[in-house]
Amino acid sequence: MPAKESKPSTPQALFSDAERTPEERHTIVVLVDNEPGVLARVIGLFSGRGYNIESLTVAEIDADKSQSRINIVTTGTPLVIEQIRNLLAKLVPVHSVLDLTVEGPHIERELALVKVVGGRENLVQALRIADFMHARLVDSTPESFVFEVTGTSGEVDAFIHLVEPIEVSRAGVVAIGRGESILRPRER
Amino acid sequence: MTAATAAPPAVDTQSMTGSQVVLKALVEQGVEVIFGYPGGAVLPIYDAIFQQDKLRHILVRHEQAAVHAAEGYARSTGKVGCVLVTSGPGATNTVTGLTDALMDSVPIVCLTGQVPTHMIGNDAFQEADTVGITRPCTKHNYLVKDPEDLARSVHEAFHVARSGRPGPVVVDLPKDILMKPAPYQGKDAARRRTYQPARDPDPRRIEEAVELMTRAERPIFYVGGGVINAGPRACELLAELVRETGYPITLTLMGLGAYPASDKQFVGMLGMHGTYEANMAMHGADVMINIGARFDDRVTGRLDGFSPGSRKIHVDIDPSSINKNVAVDVPVIGDAEPTLEALLAAWRRRSNSLALGRTAAWWEQIADWQARKSLRFRQGTDSIKPQYAIQRLHQLTRDRDVYITTEVGQHQMWAAQHFPFDKPFHWMTSGGLGTMGYGFPAAMGVQVAHPEALVIDIAGESSWLMNMQEMSTCMQYRLPVKSFILNNSYMGMVRQWQDFFHGNRHAESYMDSLPDFVKLAEAFGAVGLRAEKPSEVDDLIKEMIKVKQPVIADIVVDRTENVYPMIPGGAAHNEIKLSPEDDGAHEAISEKGMVLV
Ligand SMILES: Cc1ncc(C[n+]2csc(CCOP(=O)(O)OP(=O)(O)O)c2C)c(N)n1
Ligand SMILES: [Mg+2]
Repeated sequence: MPAKESKPSTPQALFSDAERTPEERHTIVVLVDNEPGVLARVIGLFSGRGYNIESLTVAEIDADKSQSRINIVTTGTPLVIEQIRNLLAKLVPVHSVLDLTVEGPHIERELALVKVVGGRENLVQALRIADFMHARLVDSTPESFVFEVTGTSGEVDAFIHLVEPIEVSRAGVVAIGRGESILRPRER
Repeated sequence: MTAATAAPPAVDTQSMTGSQVVLKALVEQGVEVIFGYPGGAVLPIYDAIFQQDKLRHILVRHEQAAVHAAEGYARSTGKVGCVLVTSGPGATNTVTGLTDALMDSVPIVCLTGQVPTHMIGNDAFQEADTVGITRPCTKHNYLVKDPEDLARSVHEAFHVARSGRPGPVVVDLPKDILMKPAPYQGKDAARRRTYQPARDPDPRRIEEAVELMTRAERPIFYVGGGVINAGPRACELLAELVRETGYPITLTLMGLGAYPASDKQFVGMLGMHGTYEANMAMHGADVMINIGARFDDRVTGRLDGFSPGSRKIHVDIDPSSINKNVAVDVPVIGDAEPTLEALLAAWRRRSNSLALGRTAAWWEQIADWQARKSLRFRQGTDSIKPQYAIQRLHQLTRDRDVYITTEVGQHQMWAAQHFPFDKPFHWMTSGGLGTMGYGFPAAMGVQVAHPEALVIDIAGESSWLMNMQEMSTCMQYRLPVKSFILNNSYMGMVRQWQDFFHGNRHAESYMDSLPDFVKLAEAFGAVGLRAEKPSEVDDLIKEMIKVKQPVIADIVVDRTENVYPMIPGGAAHNEIKLSPEDDGAHEAISEKGMVLV
């Protein structure tokens, strides 16, 4: 569920040169109790303070559907990113918050469905690109193809750039740390 | 009560309605008083209130006032304040109060009625999306859609409201949930796994903090309301630490009372209208020890000019308060009480015999600043200076158990400057939100909690009018609250800004057709008093104290008086203006500063 918010106006911006502090892009994952309103709380935290959301995904991740994992890609100055982490951790239904960009090696993937419409030549061309970029053809008519592409956001961007689609649906970033460390729900 | 919490007997469980479960949970949580206002959606709770005698209900005249009253109750007792209102307009009327409580970290549980669950979302009569509306102005909120969740939600609401950084919590209660049978669970039945705010500080940070403190040559304690929220023991520990270090201390508006104002190490309040010495000491410090304050923009002024040469220690229970506006060197996350305990212990473990010598020059410098007497004013014989009225109020009430609330405006700043507090929990003001209309209902809540105490709302006439309907509540419950109105016929603080920054153009800041406050008091059956000359002030105050009824005291004060010192918006601490004669006081504000409120 991607959502784009307006540019952040940090409190510092009014006072000093903090507006020139470079912004960083961070991928943050949040484990939450799956209860009504929890997504609204997370989104409200960003919109209420004018922080950016580049992409946001959420899904239930356990068998009894009691927990959801939210992946957020956001940009901001280091101070703003720290605020975001702290504010997320403060929400009552939140188990844990992990800033993967800070924590170290991790994997980010995105999925997109990409529709190409056109004449035979266009479609053949798209098929060739899909082939070498490992996109899957998941629907076809004589006039149209739908491809499924997964990869880093950069790879998905590249594929979309090359096939010049007529319609794109992107899932947003999902992410997980490398190696054996895991993000756990809180113990009692 | 505790016996019932372990395993409620089945019979009891079966026989209770949702409303009874709510009340039982409130009683188990230690609630004695609810401030509220009825309506269709909460009639089942009111019916249950009618049939019990453990909880006292105070019927306010406006739901905003119910929240402020609960805030006054909470801040003067350290307990959670409790509010009960109906759905729709009842709930929306609480929004200002909830926001106020959120900004000032006041523990409140507000129960709101809601339309029955099957009608939610239908634009039913008096339906409002209460959890949606109050999500950004509460610490947390609940919509209870299943009787099974009812008791747990109410208990959890209290836990969330009072733990960590305190704040307001809303529990939205659909009418059918209140009427159906519901199981009771005790407060320890189901703690959730999430939300476990840390209390104890990281010992390594304590060592770093004390290391900085012991080497300081120009130290300053900068202490806020967090220490008061942490409780009386935290305030005692603060006093011990401050005395043992011998360092100067300044308090924020919210922190007044956390350290005795009469002590010689106290250099006054800091911030936009703080003392010269407090702000200059902040500016010139080499080590700042912030405990439970949040670097509010009213305190820091221009951030890049804020205490430029200091290493900063920041103790706060809320991690998101740290490094928000100001980057600090030693962040300490923890409750002020265990943190102060640890700081004190670590301080004592070191030999600090050199401390006095190290800071002698600093104290001399501070004495020079103090010699400027930045709070001075001249009381002539004609009109009453508001500062004078407040000083007399303090002098004539000092041997009593006196609680002060304020409204918002010039009078609020003068009260903060001229009414010193030696104890915590006796000063209640709307700091973060700056809510006109806060003081009178808050005083009412304080009086409910402390029936024998002298409770005074130091008010401006414009603010006071915003919740004046509560006179009726005070009469009903015989709450002898004193409204000490410094009547300048102006929204004085607005006029001051218009004088300074808008070419003296007093757009809509003058109040024509104000009521005759003496007659107004009489209309409610209360006592009205008026003073127009300095010579009348003492008699008025003595009479006001003597009367065992609500009093409206109309102190007609100098209309042109302005609050000094003042750090204009967007300026730094050392750009403070001390008086109207101070060069450039009016032009000092920068273009960037003009956009600030
Ligand atoms: C609810 C609300 N509305 C508007 C304001 C903006 N405001 C701040 S101070 C003030 C004037 C207050 O006048 P008064 O109560 O007479 O106090 P004085 O400054 O004269 O002492 C106003 C309008 C506010 N703080 N709160
Ligand atoms: Mg006024």
